[in-house]
Parts: sequence; C-alpha cells; structure tokens
Amino acid sequence: MRFILRRLAFYLVAAWVALTLNFFIPRAVPGNAVEAIMSKFPNLQPSAYRALEAMLGVGHPGSLWHQYVTYIGDVFTLNFGTDVLQYPAKVSTLLAATIPWTLALVGTATVIAFFAGTLLGIIAGWRHGGWLDRGLPGLMFLQAIPYFFLALILIEVLAARLNIFPVGQGYAGGLIPGWNLAFIGSAVYHSLLPAFTIVITSLAGWMLQMRNVMITTLGEDYVVAAQAKGLPSRRVVFTYAARNALLPQLQGFGLALGFVVSGAIIMEIVFSYPGIGLLLLNSVSADDYPMMQAIFLVITFAVLLANLIVDLVLVFVDPRVRAGEAS
Amino acid sequence: MTAAPVIVATAAPVAGKVRTLGRWRRLPPKAKVGVVLLGFFLLAAIVGPFVTPYDPSFSSPNPALSLHPPDAAHLLGTTQSGQDVLSQLLVGIRLTLELGVIVGAVATALSVIVGVTAAFLGGLWDDFLSLTSNVFLVIPSLPLLILLLGYQPQRGQLATIVVLSVLGWPWGARVIRAQTLAIRNRDFVAASRETGERTWRIIVFDIVPNEISLIAASFVNTVLYAIGASVALAFIGLADLNSWSLGTMLYWAQSQQALTLGAWWWFVPPGLAVALMGTGLVLLNSGIDELGNPRLRDAARALRVDGHRQRPADPTPVLSASTSQRGPAGRFLHQFSRASLLDERRGGKR
Repeated sequence: MRFILRRLAFYLVAAWVALTLNFFIPRAVPGNAVEAIMSKFPNLQPSAYRALEAMLGVGHPGSLWHQYVTYIGDVFTLNFGTDVLQYPAKVSTLLAATIPWTLALVGTATVIAFFAGTLLGIIAGWRHGGWLDRGLPGLMFLQAIPYFFLALILIEVLAARLNIFPVGQGYAGGLIPGWNLAFIGSAVYHSLLPAFTIVITSLAGWMLQMRNVMITTLGEDYVVAAQAKGLPSRRVVFTYAARNALLPQLQGFGLALGFVVSGAIIMEIVFSYPGIGLLLLNSVSADDYPMMQAIFLVITFAVLLANLIVDLVLVFVDPRVRAGEAS
Repeated sequence: MTAAPVIVATAAPVAGKVRTLGRWRRLPPKAKVGVVLLGFFLLAAIVGPFVTPYDPSFSSPNPALSLHPPDAAHLLGTTQSGQDVLSQLLVGIRLTLELGVIVGAVATALSVIVGVTAAFLGGLWDDFLSLTSNVFLVIPSLPLLILLLGYQPQRGQLATIVVLSVLGWPWGARVIRAQTLAIRNRDFVAASRETGERTWRIIVFDIVPNEISLIAASFVNTVLYAIGASVALAFIGLADLNSWSLGTMLYWAQSQQALTLGAWWWFVPPGLAVALMGTGLVLLNSGIDELGNPRLRDAARALRVDGHRQRPADPTPVLSASTSQRGPAGRFLHQFSRASLLDERRGGKR
C-alpha cells in the first residue's frame, strides 16, 4: 500500500509540474495567439487586440498568482478556452470528439504490441539463437523507422497499389458516426492499417528488452534449480523465468509509453485519422496555442494515468514490489 | 643480446596492427554493421554538401523536370518544383546528423552534471534532482517539445537544438547518478578524499573517467532520440522549413502529396536515411552490450555442443570461463556494456 501511495504522490507532482510548465511557457515566450492572428490579418486595427484577447480568453488580467489559480481552476473544470482555428468552438469540445478515436486506436495497438512483443521476447530469450532470435536485427530496423514513414510506405503499397486497405480517414465517407454495425465495421476496417503500423514499429523494442532480461534471468540459480527438479520447460519459462523478468519490462513500458504514444499520434496524421494527431498538426500550422496547450495536457495526463495503472499491475504481479524492495 | 631491442621495436607495430584487426574481428556482427552504417552516414554528412550536383533549393523552371523519376542527370529524381532530391538528401543528412551529435553532446554533458551532482551532494539536493529527472522522464517529451517550439518566434536549427537538449538529459542523469553512487564508496575514492583532494578533483579525475562507458552509451541513445524527435517535429512543420534536413524533406514530400502522385523517389530516400541511421545506432548499442555480456550473443554457434543446442539455463562453464578471461580490448569494451552495471552493483555498496 505504501508503494502505491508513494507512486500516487509522485504522479501528482509530475502532473503539477506539467500543469505549471503549461502555465509558464506561454508567459515566458514572446508571441501569443492574438499576435498570430493579428499578423495573419494585417488589416485588423490595433484596437482589435484587446477585443481578440477577451474573445479568446488569452489576455492575462490580474496578478500572476491570481492567473495561476484561475488557470488551475479552468483545467479542473475542463475549460481550455476557445479554439483559434475553428473559432467559436470550445477546445474541450473539439478534444472530446477526437480523444475516443486516438484512445481506441493507439491504446489498443500499444497494448497488443506490448503483449505480443513480450511473448516473442520470452520465446527469443528461451530459444536463444533460434530463428526468432536471429531475426531480431531485421526487427530493429523496423523499430528505427519513424512511425509516420512506415505508415507512408504501407499506405502506398497496401492501400494505394493493392487496395487491401483504405487509404486514410477514420471511416468510409457518407456514413454517419453512431452505434450501428455499418459504421463500427467501417471504423474497425479503417483502423487496421494504422494499428498494424503501430504494432510492428513498437514490437521490436518490447521484444528486445524482454529477450535481454530473459537471458539474464535464465542464468539465475533458481531457474537452473527449477530445471534440475525436472519441471516441464513451459513451467520453468513462464512461472520461473518470465515472471521475474517482467518487472523491468513493465517499468520500461511505463517509461516508453510517452514515446510510443507521441510517435503514434504523429502517425495518425499520415492516415488523416480523425484523432488527436490531426488536431495537433492543424494547431501547429495555424499557431493555435490554446489547442496545443490542451493537447499537451491531455497526452501527459493520459501517460501519467497509464503509468499509475502499470504500477498497480506491478504490485499484483511482483511480490518484490509489495515487499518494498523494488521501488 | 644487442639484437633484442631491435626485434621488440619491429615487432610492436605488427602486433598492434594484428590486435586492431583482431579487435575488429571479435566485434559482434551487429556492432560491425552498426559501425559501417554510421561511418557511411558520417562520410555523407562530411563530404556530402561539397559534392551535391545541384543547389538543393534551386527550382528548375523546366516543367519536364517536375517530379522526374530517377535518371542519369538526377540520380534520385526531382521534387514537384524540380529540385534535385539527391542534393537535398546530402545536405539533409548533414543537418540532421549535426543536430543529433550536438544535442547528444550537450544533453549528455547536462546529464553528467546533474547525475554526478545529485549523487555527490546527497540529501535534499539528491532528492530534488532525482525527482526532477524522474518527472521529466514520465512526462511525454514530444508534446512538450511541440509546445516549447510552437511558442518560439523562430523555429530554426538552433531553437530545436536548445529545446531538445533541455529535455534530453533525464535518462542519462538517472543512470549516471546510480553509477556515481556505486563508485563514490569505492576505496580509491576514499583514498583520494583522505589525501585531501578537493571534491571537484575527485569528480573530474576519479569519478568521471570511470563512467566513460556509461556516458558513451547515453550519448548514443541521446543522438538516437534527437534524430527521431527532430524528424518528427519537422514533419509536422515545427522547423525552419526553408532549410533542408531529412525531416523537412519529409514534410514537403507529405504536404505536396508525393505519395498520391506516386513519387516514391521523393519520400523514400529521406525516410530510409533516418531509418538506417537509427538502425546503425541501435545495432552499435546492442552490439556493444553483447560484447560485454556474452550471454546475449547470437548463440547459434557457441552453444551447440556435440550437435545438442544448450538451453540458456544450462550451466555453461565455457561461457563463464571466457568472461573471466577477457583480453584488454574485451575489458575495455565491457565497460560500455549494460552488463558492467551489474558488476558494480554486486561489488559496491548501493
């Protein structure tokens, strides 16, 4: 229990740091959304400046402390201001429309890649020198490819040339989003290729890490002892070796998550997938600061939450964590 | 008797050459491939900009040269506005690799400073610095990079280098802190302290030289991170789009629909260059790992005894013997491996 509380406190600190950074970055750097709009429309009168500030809620009235308190309150009530790009729309509304797409695609694909990679890593570590193990350099090459680039190639070959998959978008044109079979089927069909891209680019990383830890663990005395007792190989591998090798793997999962998710979100752009990635691209090219800030917070909080879940899983999986040895 | 020194003098260089060759031969194949790949790109980065056949930004007014497939005049074809892809690639490799190396150097220096300081000061400072690096490890860096870079008035190479360096140190700092904690309790550090050496001298002459291996590994990793992040940032348009890096090449290829137009020669070369550079770095790192930790090596040959393949869990006296009988090169390279961390932990007090 103490472990969980300690981790919870840590994530609260991390969340606070992210919030505070998000608060100070716009105030520390010259240039803001209003100036971006002013420079884009040179025929605006200088007097429009105040009006724009008030409209977008980016003016900074009051003392810094007062602003900070208001800002924290806004975040907790999910008030991220008004979007610059699609003007009257609220940032939170736009985000709410895209998050489920990203969560379903990136979340599912990442979890699949993690489990598949870990399993393959166990096998590669056990059958050390086998065909799976020798294919590892090829997988490393896949891992080094930027997500979005692999996505481009796959679209070109599998979608544009062979017509097996759709070229992009989240669902077939003409369908109205809703809980009906046609729409869900189309959405799943459209997510297959992006998901596949995420899985094969992130698989190698999990696999390599698990394999290396497995090989080290397999040399431990307790594994040798288990084998000497004549236990079946399957049991030695999974109950004795893999379970012990899982701790660094799960910890690594938490840390690498931010990286994987960021890469996957960039990849969404290539597929014109209606997720956060596209929103991010548009907000960057239009200097849509309120949106950029909200996206940063959303991704950060999602990763922190996932890390907390990983820690909870660790407590159940690994008695060493419960005993407080590994923290 | 008088002939002996002559023999030694002539024998030494020969032995040296043999040793260098032997060292190269004993490198795991992964590391060899990594070194060759990186050497190739390094060469391209150094020589490339001087041998570009065309000005990478020059748009040919000739409409026939728009999206021209590769031929003798344009080895990698042309872009939509008639720019030579090969020239862009050569300049782009230079810019991207330069960024990677500079960020790697700056961020690694930062991580050494933070890691060693935290381990040496201990107490509240250590807690604070460790907490900071852990927090920045867990906050996803790409969205933060986008935010930081998005607010920059100029999104040039320098701004990217600064932002990537500022966010690139926590991982290295964490590893180096752990290593410093292990080393500072060793006898030779205690001896230095007893003889009245100042703390900074102990750090510079006793601690840091013993961490060169880790610092090198963290440098390679940081270069990998910097290249990946800078390419991703440029791809979404957060870069100086008038300069040619591998990322901006991909940005233009994507934004001008190279894919839909079927111009594979436009977007495949920069992406492949990024992928191969990354593969080289990953291979180098894991090859070095294997050199130090023989267990991780490709066991196809080594573990087949009398036609029976040995399972990893089998006691393998051959392996343990070879570990203890490492040559000078083996010992040197062992320091670079992740396995050497285990040595420290077993011996030293944590």
